[in-house]
Amino acid sequence: MTQKLVIIGAGMASGRAMEHLFEADRDAYDVTLFNAEPRGNYNRIMLSPVLSGDKTYDEIITHDDDWYAQNNVTCRFGEHVTSIDRDRKVVVGEKGEVPYDKLLIATGSAPFIIPVPGKDLPGVVAYRDLEDTNAMVEAAARGGKAVVIGGGLLGLEAAAGLALRGMDVTVVHLMGHLMERQLDEAAGYLLRRALEDKGIDVRCQASTAAIVGDGQVEGVLLQDDEMIPADLVVMAVGIRPETRLANDAGIEVERGITVSDQMATSDPDILAMGECVEHRGQLFGLVAPLYDQAKIVAKTLLGEEAAFVPKEVATKLKVTGCDLFSAGDFAEGEGRENVVFRDPARGVYKRLVIEGDRLIGAVFYGDTSDSSWFFGLIKGGEDISDMRDTLIFGPAFQGGEPLDPMAAVAALPDDAEICGCNGVSKGDIVAAINAGAGDLGAIRATTKASASCGTCTGLVEQVLGATLGDDFVIPAAKSVCGCTDLTHEDLRRLIKSRELKSQAAVWQELGWSTPDGCHVCRPAVNYYLLADWPLDYQDDPQSRFINERKHANIQKDGTYSVVPRMWGGMTTPDELRALADAAEKYDVPTVHVTGGQRIDLLGVRGEDLPDIWADLNAAGMVSGHAYAKGLRTVKTCVGKDHCRFGTQDSTGLGVQLEKHLWGSWTPHKVKLAVSGCPRNCAEATCKDIGVVCVDSGYQLGVAGAAGMDVKETERLADLTTEEEVIEYATAFMQLYRENAKYLDRPYKWVAKVGLDWVKEQVEDKATRKALCARFELSQSVYRTDPWAEHVAERADSYTPIANLMLEAAE
Amino acid sequence: MTDWIDIGALDDIAPRGARVVKTGHGCVAVFRTGTDEVFALDNACPHKQGPLAEGIVHGKTVTCPLHNWVFSLETGEAQGADEGRVTTYPARIESGRILLEASFLKSRGARAA
Repeated sequence: MTQKLVIIGAGMASGRAMEHLFEADRDAYDVTLFNAEPRGNYNRIMLSPVLSGDKTYDEIITHDDDWYAQNNVTCRFGEHVTSIDRDRKVVVGEKGEVPYDKLLIATGSAPFIIPVPGKDLPGVVAYRDLEDTNAMVEAAARGGKAVVIGGGLLGLEAAAGLALRGMDVTVVHLMGHLMERQLDEAAGYLLRRALEDKGIDVRCQASTAAIVGDGQVEGVLLQDDEMIPADLVVMAVGIRPETRLANDAGIEVERGITVSDQMATSDPDILAMGECVEHRGQLFGLVAPLYDQAKIVAKTLLGEEAAFVPKEVATKLKVTGCDLFSAGDFAEGEGRENVVFRDPARGVYKRLVIEGDRLIGAVFYGDTSDSSWFFGLIKGGEDISDMRDTLIFGPAFQGGEPLDPMAAVAALPDDAEICGCNGVSKGDIVAAINAGAGDLGAIRATTKASASCGTCTGLVEQVLGATLGDDFVIPAAKSVCGCTDLTHEDLRRLIKSRELKSQAAVWQELGWSTPDGCHVCRPAVNYYLLADWPLDYQDDPQSRFINERKHANIQKDGTYSVVPRMWGGMTTPDELRALADAAEKYDVPTVHVTGGQRIDLLGVRGEDLPDIWADLNAAGMVSGHAYAKGLRTVKTCVGKDHCRFGTQDSTGLGVQLEKHLWGSWTPHKVKLAVSGCPRNCAEATCKDIGVVCVDSGYQLGVAGAAGMDVKETERLADLTTEEEVIEYATAFMQLYRENAKYLDRPYKWVAKVGLDWVKEQVEDKATRKALCARFELSQSVYRTDPWAEHVAERADSYTPIANLMLEAAE
Repeated sequence: MTDWIDIGALDDIAPRGARVVKTGHGCVAVFRTGTDEVFALDNACPHKQGPLAEGIVHGKTVTCPLHNWVFSLETGEAQGADEGRVTTYPARIESGRILLEASFLKSRGARAA
C-alpha cells in the first residue's frame, strides 16, 4: 500500500533523496514537499555564479514543475510549516495539515547573524538563498560600497561576485587569515594577495562592533573605532542548523537534529538529512556528504539496510583566478609531518600533511590541477611511503612503477571535470555509458566530451575502461618514446601548464628516464618549447635532425642539397645567374627544379655550405627551409597579371604569404599554394594551406595532402581581401603550431581535433587576433635567414676540428 | 709510451655535439656529451656509412642521421636490435683541450692496409 511521505525543505539534499527514492520504487510513497522559499529544488552552491553573472537562476534549477508532476509530488512551495504533531502524525502548514506515515526533515541551515546593533537595518543581507542573491545583484546595480562580514568560503564568493558587478568591496574577517577552517596561514596569505589584486580590500583580525545607519545601512564600525562606509552589508559569518521545528516537536536535538547511521531521528518515523542534522557529533556544510545521506535516506524509507559513513570532503573556491583546494585534516599535530612546496613568484603553494605512511590532508593554492588525485589518496588512505619523495609533484612525477591510470580515473569523484571545453564531468560520461554509449564516438555524440580540442580523449577512454571493465579495450596511448610514459598530448599540456621553459626542466620535472632524452623526444621537446615560449627558450641545434641543424638536406652519400627561397615561385635573371655561378664554383653535380617552384643544388660538401650560402646571400637569396619542419614553399600561378582566366593577383598574394610566414617552425612541414582561378594550376587544393582565387575573393582551404595520403583541402573560410587571407592563414598556422603533435601534418591534426573546432577558433575575431599576435611574437625571433646567421657565427662548426692528413702520411 | 695529440679545445665542440678529425683514411668523429665527456669513433655507420658526427647525441650514445641506428660512444656497439660495431679510439680532456691517442692513426693505417 502506498504510504504518505512528507518532506520539509526543498534543498539539494532532499532533491537528491527523492531521485533515489523514485528510481528504486516510484510507487512506494505519495510525496508532499514543503518549501518556505516560493520555488522548488535548485542548485544552491551555484548561487555564486548567479551572483557574479556567469549563470542565471533558470540554469541552476535541478527539478522543474514537470519533474514534480511526473513523480506525483504535491508541492507546497512558499508555505511555512508551523509545527509537527507527532501524536497525530501530521505536519501543520500555514494552509492546512498533511498527514504522514514517514516524515523527512531537510530544513537546512540558517545564516548566523552576529548580534550587533544595526543588524536589522535595510541593506544588511545574508547570503543564503535566491532572495539574498537577487538583493545583492540589485544593490550592486546601484554601485557604491559593500562590506562582507566573514572571510570564509561563502563570504569570499560573495565578495568576488560583488566586485565583478562593480562594487567597491571590503572583507572584514575576525580571524588572522582568510578561510582559516580550510587553509593554513601561507595559503590564506596568497589568497588574500590575489583578492587584493582584484581590488578587494581585506581586513583580518577585524571585529565588527556595530552596523550603523539611519533608516538604511551606511557603514560598519569596527572594534578599533574605524568606520568603513557601506551601501550594502553582507553577513556571511557562518550557518547554524535550522532545528526549530524538530525542537518544538520534542525530537532529540544537540547542535543539529540528532540522526542515526540510518538517518533516523529519535522518532523512528521521522528522518532528517542535510545541514540541519548532527551525525555522531558532526555537522555538514558541503554538498558531497549530503548526497551520500540522500542514498541512505532512500534506502531507509524503503526498509533496506544502509548506513551513512561520512567521507572526507574537499573544498574548492569558486572564484575566478583563485585556484584553491583543501581536503582532509591539515592541523599541526604530534606525529604529523609537512611536505611543502612554495613558489611565491608564481603564487603557488602546496602543502601535504602526512601521518605515518598516509596522506591525511592537503592544501593547494595557485595550481590545483592534480587535486583530484591527491584527494583520492586521502580518501583511500593509501600507503604513500614509496612515492613520498616525489609525492608533492603529483601523479605525473611518480617514476618507477607507473601509476595505473585506470585507478586514478576510478578514484576521481563524479563531479571531476573531464572535458574542459564542454564542461563535461566524469559523472556525465558515466551516465552516458550506462545509457548505452560504448565507445569514444558515442561519448562524443552524446556528451560532447573530447569532441572539441581532444586533449581529454585519453581520460575519456579511461573512464570508458573503468566503467565498462573488460568490455572496453583502451587504444594503447603511445608515449613519446622510451624516455617517458607521457604522450605527446600530455607533454604539450604539461609544458604549458607547468611553464616548463627548458629541456632540463622537462627531463627533471617530468621524470625522464634518460639523462638527456633521445633522438625521438629531443626534437619534439625542442619544438614544443620554442613554440610555446618563443622569447624564453632558445632553440637547441643539438636537438635537431641534421637537416635542421645544418639548414640543408643530407643526401645518402653524406653530401647536402641547397635550396634558396624563390618567393612565390618568382625569380630573376640575377638570381639564376648567381645559382649558375654557385653550381659551377662548388662543383655541384646535379641541379634540379623542385615541385615547389624553386631550384635545388644537389651534392654540396658539408664544409662548403657556409661558402655557398655566403655567395647566394650576396645575390639576395635566403634559405628556402627545404629541410625544415616549418614553412616550405608558397606555390603560385601567374594570376590575372598575365593569365586570361586569372581573377586575382595570385603571385602577389603568394609572395606576401611567404614573406609573412617564412622562418617559422611548425610540428611538421607546411606547404602553401595560391591559384589565380578555380582551374587551380598551382594545385592549391592538396596543400596544407591552399588559396583558390575567385571573382568574389578568396577560398581558403586547409588540411590537404599529396604525399603518402592524398586528400583535398577543406574549406576554412571564404574571404574578400588579401589582408583577411593572410590573417586567417596565419591564425590557422599558429593554432597548428600551438596544438599539434610533433610530426603530425596539418591534415592529420585537423582530423583529430575536427575542422569545426578549428573554424570556431579562427572565426572568432578575438581568438584569431590573439593567434596572429602570438605568431608575430614568435616571428620576431624566427623570421630571419639562418644561412646568413650561420655564415657569420657558426661557419667553424661545418669544418673539421683538426686535419691530421700530414701526420697520417708520415 | 702513450703519445697524445691535441686536436682542439673542448669548447670547439657544442655540448651534445660532435666535430670530425680528418685523417689519411677517412674521418674520425669526436663527440662531446652533455656531461662533458669526449669519445672518438669512426665517422661511418656500419649500416650505410652514415656520418655519425651529424647524429643526435644523447646520454653516452649517438643516433645515426640516416636510419636512426644508435651506437654506444663507449664501446661502439650498436644498441637495440641492430647489430654492428664502430671502431672507438682513446680520447680524453686535459686543461680544456681534447687529446686523442696517436696510436689510433697507426691502427687506422693498419686497418686500411
